Amino acid sequence: MNFVLPIFPEILLLALGVLILILDPFVKRDEARRPFLGWFTAAGLLVALTLSLLLARPAEPALVYGGMIRFDGLGFLFKMFFLFAAAVTALFFMDEEKLARRAEAYLLLVAATLGMSLMASAADLVMLYLSIETASIPLYVLAGFMKEDDKSIEAGFKYMLFGAMASAVLLYGFSLAYGFTGETGLYALALHFGDFNLLAAGVTFLVLAGLAFKVSAFPFHFWAPDVYQGAPTPVAGFLSTASKAAGFAVLMRLFTAVFPAVNADWSLILAILATLTMTVGNLIALAQKNVKRLLAYSSISHAGYALIGVVAFSQLGMTSVAFYLIAYVLTNLLAFGVVAIVGRVTGSDEFSAYNGLSRRNAPLALAMLVAFLSLAGMPPFVGFIAKFYVFLAAVNSNWVWLAFVGVLNSIVGLYYYLNVLKYVYLFRMEGEDEEKHPVPVSRPVAAAVVVLAVGILLLGTLFGPWFGFAEQAAATLF
Amino acid sequence: MQFPFLSVIVFIPLAAGLIILTYKPEWKKAVRWTALAAGLIALALSFWVYFAYDKAVGGYQFIEKYDWLPALGISLHFGVDGMSVPLVLLTGVVMATGVMISWGIEDRPREFFAFLFILASGVFGVFASLDLFMLFFFYEIAVFPMYLLIAIWGWVKTREYAAMKLTLYLFVGSVIALVGALVMYFTSGARTFDLLVLETVKFTPEFQKTWFLPVFLGFAVLGGIFPFHNWSPDGHVAAPTAVSMFHAGVLMKLGAFAALRVGIMLLPEGAKFWAPLIMSLALVNIVYGAFIASVQTDFKYVIGFSSVSHMGLVMMGFATLNQDGLLGAGLQMFSHGVMTALFFAVVGMVYDRAHTRDIPKLGGMIKPLPLAGIGLIVGSLVSMGMPGFSGFVAEFPIFRGIWHTDLWWMALIAAISIVVTASYVLLVVRRVFFGKMPEEFEGHIPPINVFDKTALVLLMAFMIGIGLIPALMEPWVLSGVRHILALLGGV
Repeated sequence: MNFVLPIFPEILLLALGVLILILDPFVKRDEARRPFLGWFTAAGLLVALTLSLLLARPAEPALVYGGMIRFDGLGFLFKMFFLFAAAVTALFFMDEEKLARRAEAYLLLVAATLGMSLMASAADLVMLYLSIETASIPLYVLAGFMKEDDKSIEAGFKYMLFGAMASAVLLYGFSLAYGFTGETGLYALALHFGDFNLLAAGVTFLVLAGLAFKVSAFPFHFWAPDVYQGAPTPVAGFLSTASKAAGFAVLMRLFTAVFPAVNADWSLILAILATLTMTVGNLIALAQKNVKRLLAYSSISHAGYALIGVVAFSQLGMTSVAFYLIAYVLTNLLAFGVVAIVGRVTGSDEFSAYNGLSRRNAPLALAMLVAFLSLAGMPPFVGFIAKFYVFLAAVNSNWVWLAFVGVLNSIVGLYYYLNVLKYVYLFRMEGEDEEKHPVPVSRPVAAAVVVLAVGILLLGTLFGPWFGFAEQAAATLF
Repeated sequence: MQFPFLSVIVFIPLAAGLIILTYKPEWKKAVRWTALAAGLIALALSFWVYFAYDKAVGGYQFIEKYDWLPALGISLHFGVDGMSVPLVLLTGVVMATGVMISWGIEDRPREFFAFLFILASGVFGVFASLDLFMLFFFYEIAVFPMYLLIAIWGWVKTREYAAMKLTLYLFVGSVIALVGALVMYFTSGARTFDLLVLETVKFTPEFQKTWFLPVFLGFAVLGGIFPFHNWSPDGHVAAPTAVSMFHAGVLMKLGAFAALRVGIMLLPEGAKFWAPLIMSLALVNIVYGAFIASVQTDFKYVIGFSSVSHMGLVMMGFATLNQDGLLGAGLQMFSHGVMTALFFAVVGMVYDRAHTRDIPKLGGMIKPLPLAGIGLIVGSLVSMGMPGFSGFVAEFPIFRGIWHTDLWWMALIAAISIVVTASYVLLVVRRVFFGKMPEEFEGHIPPINVFDKTALVLLMAFMIGIGLIPALMEPWVLSGVRHILALLGGV
């Protein structure tokens, strides 16, 4: 049994994927049976989550399978959140006409989750690369899933081209590392990196570039707005949360395991990168008129805030990144969920589509308020605590100026988030007859929205235990 | 164990707000009655806390402490001292009267009262918090509902602009202060956000001089300090009546109070070093605010700028750093709170009926609205510091406090504002309530309802009561001032 535990969630994911494939031909494709696959996937993911929590919790960090996987708290925490995010996304899929009835969509979602789970615990260059590709390729397909929609095809294609480029850069970095040291294990590599400064710099540069693409950090962020806008909204939500968190998981592991010696020199560069990522994301977001593009730029800036915690490079810093990502996954999933609902009813993602939303569906408007204020970092929502921790970690490591940049950026953020809420709460539809234009929400989506909104509030007020989880997870990195 | 008064006071509005949100939109009556009930309960409890506070003993009382995040030294730590207990009462008063005044809101009252109550919880939370993290937490909760309240229910012409301006100003101030607070947290070495512990930490003078300004001014933005006062008149004018009352009456005190508690009480050396600058800024507030108010023709802008002027007196009192000044500032916070709440209530009543706030177009309102007229007169007398009203009890010590500092001549300049204030408030009273009523208003001004009357009487009672019997509030504030003076090292 011990032999299975480190990849227990992945085994369950694989089983779920196979089950989806087997079940597909038996599910009639008529309207009545439509929701079955979605419920099945979501339930399967939640079962996998529960079973893993019960049976497969890591004890002491250990390298297993010949050093391919590190079975530790950080990887486990991220895996659990990927499973959660995938379950919620599956529920959101059920409302999207083109995705809901296609078993492939759910299968690809599960496959991408499998790849991300492996990313979070990979401890070897080969394993890491394979897992990144396992996670990415299904996402390329999902982004371009709407075959009749030019925007979606563009999104899928663009994402694939940029992704392939980033993979190539990453692979080049990996090959340099292997070529000079003869090692592929991350923790074995670390022993060599003190000596070769030039090599370390080159490898770090290339790896950083590849991962910056994954987390959409400046200057590798250009793909994000186009892809998020074109991709089906639930897919965009999954991309901006789980996929980004997976990138950060790798980043955290690499920077603590492999490059600790290099880190002193790279901290400043990372700090500048964080500054630019936050600022560029926020400033361009100011000019947006489309909610999905706005969220894309905002997600770029959030990558910047999370990078602050990486820069701090302390246990508190890594804890704050882990917590930030938890918060961000919850919040952004909710934001994209609401956008998906409104987009489906109004057929548009422009701000004007949100006119009078609070009169058309007050609870939904409230959910949007929760999500956007949490993104803006307002209490009592989890976004506030997350930002607070990140800034705390920065000040703790004497990065006071970076904390200042962060807080100033969050002001810019507040401006554009409030700006959207103005459409929701203040503006009215043409004709002022909102009562005649309700926004219905189907049951699976309503369930997902409620779970996320409650989660945001709960983590924002009773943050003690969650901070504890993040702390335990981050501790296993050192 | 003692009944947890403070946490109940803090969470009652929040609970009421959440309950209201579960109502159906059509249940407007139920929404109002629930809101009123919650407001009255909070008021009753804050009265209880006020009178049960043992001013002879002083210090922090009604202390409750629960772990929140022990790993970082964050706790849910409630407690009030002589400085904050009148402010808790003030919040209770303004909350209850604000609900009464807003009885007539027809557009989505459910959301209105829910947001207003979330705001109220934030305000109570700040006044009652003894933990720096918690203070920020509630401070931000008090800021963001403001945006929605003003943007949705505000005055159509300027609401979007004013709401955004206000929110951004306040947010900028608070996050800058937040960085200062984080630096304090690490520099203290105590690894706790507990204000009681941080008070005892002796930061180096250099550190205090560097960080006092960002922290003090960051909060003082909400107190309306010059040159960051710009959001306040715009915000007050654009806001619906109850929100203006809350905002000028309570929220500006929130800024002043946080500036005192975090800026002056934790960084006393910094306060001493920068006091002349703060006094100069406050002087500009006092005089400039009064002059600007005197040239406004919009009824609500007059009150808005008068708040800038009066809050200048509070800041001035803080910056004197002596017993008289601080005592006056503490009293002024309460006095100005009820006074300005009353002003905005009267403005709202007039505007709802006449549909204009342009002073030259108004007149003769005393006949249809006698109680509102009396209210405005009483408020005016308070505002100009007439003996026998709470304004005098508050302003006189402030001037005496200024006189005892090295910058004694500022008292002479600040005194000009009293004359200016007297001139413009009396002018407003005469133009709006006396003289001939314009013909278009004849017979179109319905009388105010019983809720409005109750609110006005309640607010007036405080102003006259404290004016006639200062002992109803002065000993409370004095006990708080003693503690601050001890932290300042007995200046």
